[in-house]
Amino acid sequence: MPSLKDVKMKIVGVGKTQQITKAMNMVASAKLRGAQARIERFRPYASKYRSVLTELASKVEGSSNPLLEVHKEVKNAAIIVVTSDRGLCGSFNAAIIDKAMKLAREKQAAGVQVKMICVGRKGRDAFRRVPGIEMLAGYADRMGSLDFSLASTVAQTVISGYEAGELDEVFLAYGEFVSMAHQPPRLIQLLPFETPNNEETAEKASGPACEYLYEPDEEQLLGVILPQYLKVQTYRGMLDTSASENAARMAAMDNATRNCKDLINSLTLLYNKTRQASITSELIDIVGGAEAQNG
Amino acid sequence: MSELTLEVVTPDKTVVSTVATVVMCPGVAGEFGVLKNHISLLSGLKVGALRYRTESNEEHSVFINNGFADVNNNVLTVLAESAEMAEDIDAARAEAAKKRAEDRLADKSEKVDVARAEAALHRAVVRLSLTKK
Repeated sequence: MPSLKDVKMKIVGVGKTQQITKAMNMVASAKLRGAQARIERFRPYASKYRSVLTELASKVEGSSNPLLEVHKEVKNAAIIVVTSDRGLCGSFNAAIIDKAMKLAREKQAAGVQVKMICVGRKGRDAFRRVPGIEMLAGYADRMGSLDFSLASTVAQTVISGYEAGELDEVFLAYGEFVSMAHQPPRLIQLLPFETPNNEETAEKASGPACEYLYEPDEEQLLGVILPQYLKVQTYRGMLDTSASENAARMAAMDNATRNCKDLINSLTLLYNKTRQASITSELIDIVGGAEAQNG
Repeated sequence: MSELTLEVVTPDKTVVSTVATVVMCPGVAGEFGVLKNHISLLSGLKVGALRYRTESNEEHSVFINNGFADVNNNVLTVLAESAEMAEDIDAARAEAAKKRAEDRLADKSEKVDVARAEAALHRAVVRLSLTKK
């Protein structure tokens, strides 16, 4: 039987934990509002970019642009992993890392050298000590204040790597923000750029399918748009992850607060029982003593 | 036929989404106009002013900082690195940027990135010219 004092202290301790989780929940919800607004403003831009580029890439057959070339032999693959900097957000980071790790293992089994670029402390720490995986770059403590220049830097690294033939495939792993309750990990292929198959394109261009005018010519436009598109995608991954992280943390903290409440309830019950038990035993003592004197 | 829809989108937000009768774009190969039923076109844009006229015949200007315009099925989409309506331009900030760029260009030392300073100066001048209208 625990002593009354022990139980009392435990109740106070759990109460304090509850205060912290509640505060974290509120902080996450405030941060989420900002992050969600940013990703929602950015989405139209990203999706327009994609449709324009798909249109353009499908027109430019057999282009000399090095970013459109599919390397015949895949020797090196890069994975950009975007995670959060801090934990306490449920299985959010673990799910992204899992997904990236699975891909890395698959690639390694196929004899491909895997390189990582990690944005966010959690991902960086997870992959830092994995044997056989080379860390190209790791960025920590940047998820709090995201800007386009970071996405630019990351995308530029893979672009120059791809152009120089040091990378043959590039993937991006991030947590997509679908809704408050749903942030699935996503894995997309950035390079080589995949144009959707012809059926799809034919469906899309259901209107008066006429020839596009290009100004300046297709090749030059592609040379500008394609690298920019990769940056846009990377940035989108970062914004998505930052919104998802906060949503996941909100849910996790909400759960934790509720658990604390349950725990306090059961501890209070234990406290009352313990108190009652001690009162009863004291009474027995007194009654027993009185009986003995009378006898 | 349907109307010509103009959309100006930047990474931060959708700046303009409206029906327009005529749009003048600052293309890399010179300014070009778009009316409805324009042939599909994809063109790079440079720093400059995009002007359009709404159905009620009001004329508006938008500052465009690099990007490209896509015309397809009477929808003109402008994807720009940044863009703002002429009336939203912060004149004081542009003036300060102009001064900063001029100072940097006047400084003849090696470390000045001339191309960057010139681009900044150009942006500031275009912004200012839009606010004065």
